[in-house]
Amino acid sequence: MKEVIHADHLHYAYGHVRGLEDVSFSAHQGDFLIIIGPNGSGKTTLLKCIGGILQPRSGRLEILGATLQSYSRRALARAIALVPQSAPVDFPFTVTEVVLMGRTPHLGILGVEHREDLERARQAMDFTGISSLAQRKMDQLSAGERQRVMIARAICQEPRIILLDEPTAALDLAHQVRVMDLMERLRDEKDVTILMVSHDINLAALYGNRLMLLKDARVLSMGPPAEVLTFQTLESAYGCTLLVDKSPLGDFQRVTLVPRKFIHPDFRKAFSKP
Amino acid sequence: MTDMERPLLLKRLCAVSTLLVILLIAAIFLGVSSGSTGSGIRQTLRTLLIGPSAADPMSYTIIWQIRFPRVILAILVGGTLSLGGLVFQALLRNPLAEPFILGISSGAGIGAILGILAGLPRFPGVTATAFAGSMITLFLLFVMSSGQTLMKKDTLLLSGVMVNAFCAALITFLMSMTQDSRLHNILFWLMGDLSTADPRQVGILALALIPCFVLLFVLSNSMNLLLMGRDLAQTMGLNIKITTLTLLLVTSFMVSLTVSLCGPVGFVGLVMPHLLRLVFGPDHRVLVPACILGGGTYMVLCDLLARTLPEQGEMPAGVITAIVGVPLFIILLKRSSR
Repeated sequence: MKEVIHADHLHYAYGHVRGLEDVSFSAHQGDFLIIIGPNGSGKTTLLKCIGGILQPRSGRLEILGATLQSYSRRALARAIALVPQSAPVDFPFTVTEVVLMGRTPHLGILGVEHREDLERARQAMDFTGISSLAQRKMDQLSAGERQRVMIARAICQEPRIILLDEPTAALDLAHQVRVMDLMERLRDEKDVTILMVSHDINLAALYGNRLMLLKDARVLSMGPPAEVLTFQTLESAYGCTLLVDKSPLGDFQRVTLVPRKFIHPDFRKAFSKP
Repeated sequence: MTDMERPLLLKRLCAVSTLLVILLIAAIFLGVSSGSTGSGIRQTLRTLLIGPSAADPMSYTIIWQIRFPRVILAILVGGTLSLGGLVFQALLRNPLAEPFILGISSGAGIGAILGILAGLPRFPGVTATAFAGSMITLFLLFVMSSGQTLMKKDTLLLSGVMVNAFCAALITFLMSMTQDSRLHNILFWLMGDLSTADPRQVGILALALIPCFVLLFVLSNSMNLLLMGRDLAQTMGLNIKITTLTLLLVTSFMVSLTVSLCGPVGFVGLVMPHLLRLVFGPDHRVLVPACILGGGTYMVLCDLLARTLPEQGEMPAGVITAIVGVPLFIILLKRSSR
């Protein structure tokens, strides 16, 4: 498998607050890599470094075999697209207009779109199931619909890698599954590598082929879900009691939050077996 | 799938521009043909089409030497201020932004008042002190936010509000120290006033503004991306720093120039971008030319009212832009939200 992202000893700091400490990893073509970890552990910082929004203080970051510094903004935009947590709605762009903006790195400075760009936008909207919304304004859509617009925009950008920052955080259950299914299909059909930050460990276990667990700006654990999602690792990362067992759907880890009232002194021992 | 058939940019641009150019030409004609000495529409048409030989020299001079420069000045001022509002709304991602939000006009106001108090002539004296005032304000704004945080829209906005408040206080201070007829001059300047147009000034202004217009049109798609937020704009290939700085400097320069010459004509810069956005949608590639043409048309008509409504003399154009603009805007807003 071809290596698409290679990070070597990345460091980042916000002033004196550390954002990333010695983060090394690599992602391969077709990976569905999900980054999990507590608040403030550096998940979004890592995503922003890979997307070229933040410049790492030190370390080496290679995208598709070339260092990040060697990319122009436009060239990087042809390799990597971002799907933010929520879509901006301050100005009344239509769905088509937003999706077409994804073509920007492929067009001239005025972004004059041609028939084939419209065709690409139409395909991206078909793929995400928002064709019927094409002429609607962004502020008339539900959060789930908006998120699919942002994904269609990212697809329209035709990147090799898509970064998603908690795309399901504000969505209801049906939309969560829908968005995750969409990303899985995108990976399978278009061979796009997916890097997603998520707070939902159960979704991560169901969809990610590899997980990265960050804590205090460092990589605590990385590997297939079964390796990362163990009771010990999760407890040391999050500092709360969790129940880890198998999902009824098959060989997937299932993580259950354990409220205080259920915690018996003997509880820990009983469930601490990996 | 027919709803996917969206007109391509060029088509939309042509349609919108043609419509607005027709309106602008109509406004120019109205502006040139009416005034305190009525020359009548037929007479004006003859003077414009046939030239000096056909018309009496008096009305020829009035039309070409007095009214025409003034109408061109109105177009430039209206276009610049509308465009300024549009850029600042995109830059600060705030639909309430207007071209004077950073305190450029207040700085120009202080400069102008000092110039008027010193007894300088309106041009180039007061214009020069006003321009100096606005540039000093802009410089202070940069120093205050140390260049780096200027990229953050909230810091920029807050700095602008502070600068504005401080300058407003200074202006009131200067005005309350002034007792004589110069107060009337100051008040007129502060309301925005186009009565000083002369061909040479208008020519200089046009030469300075047109490159700014072109540059802003080139950056119009970047403004679209800016509205998607900093992170998204960057990952779609936009260089935020260079774009933001260019937009900020070009717009400030452009607005300073017009304000220095004509005073801070209010409401055009806030109302026109909104109005045009409601009608033509939020795409800046259409809105930049629309603001220049539409803002120009609006200003020509407002200035026409400002100089023909009073029995004697005229009133500041800024009064009309607000009185007409605000109700117009409210009606459109109501209609668009149904």
